[in-house]
Amino acid sequence: MSIPDERGDRPALVAIAGNPNVGKTSVFNRLTGSRQKVTNYPGVTVERFEGSLQGDEGVRIVDVPGTYSLSARSREEELAIQTVAGLGGEPLPDLVVVVIDATQLSRNLYLALQVQELGVQLLLAVTMGDLCAGSPPDAASLSDVFGVPVVAVSGLTGEGTGDLQREIRKALGRAPSTSTFPWKLPEALAEDVREITPLLPESWGAATPPRSTALALWSLLSLDDEDELEGIPKELRSGAAARASAPGRDIEREVILARYAHVDHVMAQLKGHASTSRASTERADSVLLHPVLGFALFLGMMAVVFQALFTWSGPAIELIEGGFNWLAAVAETALPPGFARDFLTEGIIAGVGSVVVFLPQILLLFLFIGLLEDSGYMARVAFLMDRVMRAAGLNGRAFVPMISSFACAIPAILATRTMERQRDRFLTMMVIPLMTCSARLPVYTLIIGALFPVGEWFGLPEQGLLMAAMYLFSTLIALIAAAVLSRTLFTGPSVPLLLELPPYRRPNFGAVLRMMWQRSALFLKEAGGVILVCTVGLWLLLSFPAIAPGAEKYAVERVQAETTLNGGALVAALNAIDNEESADQLHNSYAGRLGRAIEPVIKPLGYDWKIGVGLIGAFAAREVFVSTMGLVYGLSEGVDEETVTLREKLRTARHEDGAPVYTPLVGLSLLVFIALACQCMSTLAAVRRETATYRWPLFMFAYMTALAWGASFLVYQGGRLLGFT
Amino acid sequence: MSRLSQLSAGTTGQLHSLGCSRSFKRRLMELGLLPGTPVRLVRRVAVGDLVEIECRGCHLSLRLSEAEQVLVELS
Repeated sequence: MSIPDERGDRPALVAIAGNPNVGKTSVFNRLTGSRQKVTNYPGVTVERFEGSLQGDEGVRIVDVPGTYSLSARSREEELAIQTVAGLGGEPLPDLVVVVIDATQLSRNLYLALQVQELGVQLLLAVTMGDLCAGSPPDAASLSDVFGVPVVAVSGLTGEGTGDLQREIRKALGRAPSTSTFPWKLPEALAEDVREITPLLPESWGAATPPRSTALALWSLLSLDDEDELEGIPKELRSGAAARASAPGRDIEREVILARYAHVDHVMAQLKGHASTSRASTERADSVLLHPVLGFALFLGMMAVVFQALFTWSGPAIELIEGGFNWLAAVAETALPPGFARDFLTEGIIAGVGSVVVFLPQILLLFLFIGLLEDSGYMARVAFLMDRVMRAAGLNGRAFVPMISSFACAIPAILATRTMERQRDRFLTMMVIPLMTCSARLPVYTLIIGALFPVGEWFGLPEQGLLMAAMYLFSTLIALIAAAVLSRTLFTGPSVPLLLELPPYRRPNFGAVLRMMWQRSALFLKEAGGVILVCTVGLWLLLSFPAIAPGAEKYAVERVQAETTLNGGALVAALNAIDNEESADQLHNSYAGRLGRAIEPVIKPLGYDWKIGVGLIGAFAAREVFVSTMGLVYGLSEGVDEETVTLREKLRTARHEDGAPVYTPLVGLSLLVFIALACQCMSTLAAVRRETATYRWPLFMFAYMTALAWGASFLVYQGGRLLGFT
Repeated sequence: MSRLSQLSAGTTGQLHSLGCSRSFKRRLMELGLLPGTPVRLVRRVAVGDLVEIECRGCHLSLRLSEAEQVLVELS
């Protein structure tokens, strides 16, 4: 269907707005069906959902971020007014659908009224009618009183979606509205609007009322010297601030009271009474927000989530790794040996595999987050954890991302999206990689297994205690880092906490699964490319030059072995020669040269160039440390942290003067380094994606690496001073 | 007149005035917390220094430091 008017071939644009927690996403899903795409708003990392009306490519639908009001202080809040009013490069919508929660009518109508002020075509979709105690507000009478079409829909059952689609088409077919401003301005406010209107930029297209009146009022409420909005002319900001701070005036109060007076007037004329019974939510909250019981239940729930991220994802991760190994093996047999084959198997296939292997944990985490958010429990988490997190300068909502970073920092960084303020999100992102993620586990296992005694300490296994201590250490450091960063780099005004505690609702599984898939796909698409490039780059560094000078001697040795030995002895000898050759190649490779180049820097930490190569490998991903050390010590392929021979090699490795390379003190220093250094390209790629700048990932890399070096230096040199080896 | 932070759980009253910063006051008022609006203190959470209030059928939580600046006329 095409809509016959001056739009011509351009698809009609419908914006869907609404308060948080009103079922806006469900309505959006019902309207667009399965065909939607998720992107980010330009310049900020707020998710932007887009689709077209089911069965009608001619109607585009965009989702406006959930908001209680169109007034704005931050860039994130500014998106709502930009999308609804067609400012800041956003196209002007032909129709705005405001989703209204029938149980919270007055607060929801407040937002609808602001949209109506702008003079755009408006349609109300009333949800949650089934949750109203008594009779839900009647759509027809609301339509009469508010003066716009009203449709009752149910996000849960989809009832009313057909009516909504019909009304949307009908509204789009109507000529653009010529509405008047919906309420009468008191004289003082009318005077303010007259003063501010000429200051509105021409690009806002606000020459005549009601749009000019609405945008002038918006400026009066939103702009002052402390707002963080961009693209606002200086005269407009100072003009608005001057009017708002005039003596004897309280513009917020005047405007908001007048709007609520209009809303209350509308409500008074409605048939049907809107209220809701929160009895079951109240009962649940008396347990879930209980100072003791609530905490215990919350910690239990987190333990389940944590355990699930660790163990449930295990089989899927193994399956993916197995699949990629199989693929590499197939390619290996199908292609002739040489650079192209190695590049395909060890570079591309291993690189893609290292991205996809995150998928199980990311999907699971987004599933849990979706369930927590959709049920209404996420707001309670922030409520419960506010105190602890506040001490570290963090937002209460930072707790779930912090906990999930024990599994993996990538999904944890994506999980910071539940925080509204950019400062809170960025601060949380900066400390998340300090938490002990699962990629550190193989490295810890190798080092602890090789260098620390198997003995017991007060009846507890010493190695296990050390492992637990590393978890505690990382958590403490992360909290301290947050406390320091929040008092230095991320100062900014501390924003008062204001949380809505919505009633508990049964999660809408369809919507949760859809959200889980869309968020994961967005991650794979955008972070995947960077991870792939880095992995391939590291492989190139480790593989070239492919032949070390003097490598001809290995060919001679092989021939010698083949003529003098046979059977098992021959295989062993050939293996030994292969290992020696690859160790030699590594020594001479670009990565090997880098390792030797950085040796002076890592020597004060107790490391030699071989550990340096391992650390360089680990900068792509920590778990690479284990396989790189296997390469360095000339073991054949298939090295993992349980390989006894690698442990033996580490234990017996000697410096030229005969002293052991790996002492418990070196091990401890190495553990501290691995715990604190930012050794994960994927994390940096994710931070780059989420912050939309290179500044923060670079800062993260720099501060964590400096912290790791400093702490390891203290451990090693301090330990030596105290007489340990 | 009492401070919202001093009410005990279950107390109801009418909002009198909000003494918070300009932007926080605006956020509260846009949620419908206007002078004269009935409000009920639902629960205090000691460990979190938070209060939960009900206003216009909506449940909100704020910190004691902000609740201190909200004046309520007890009914």
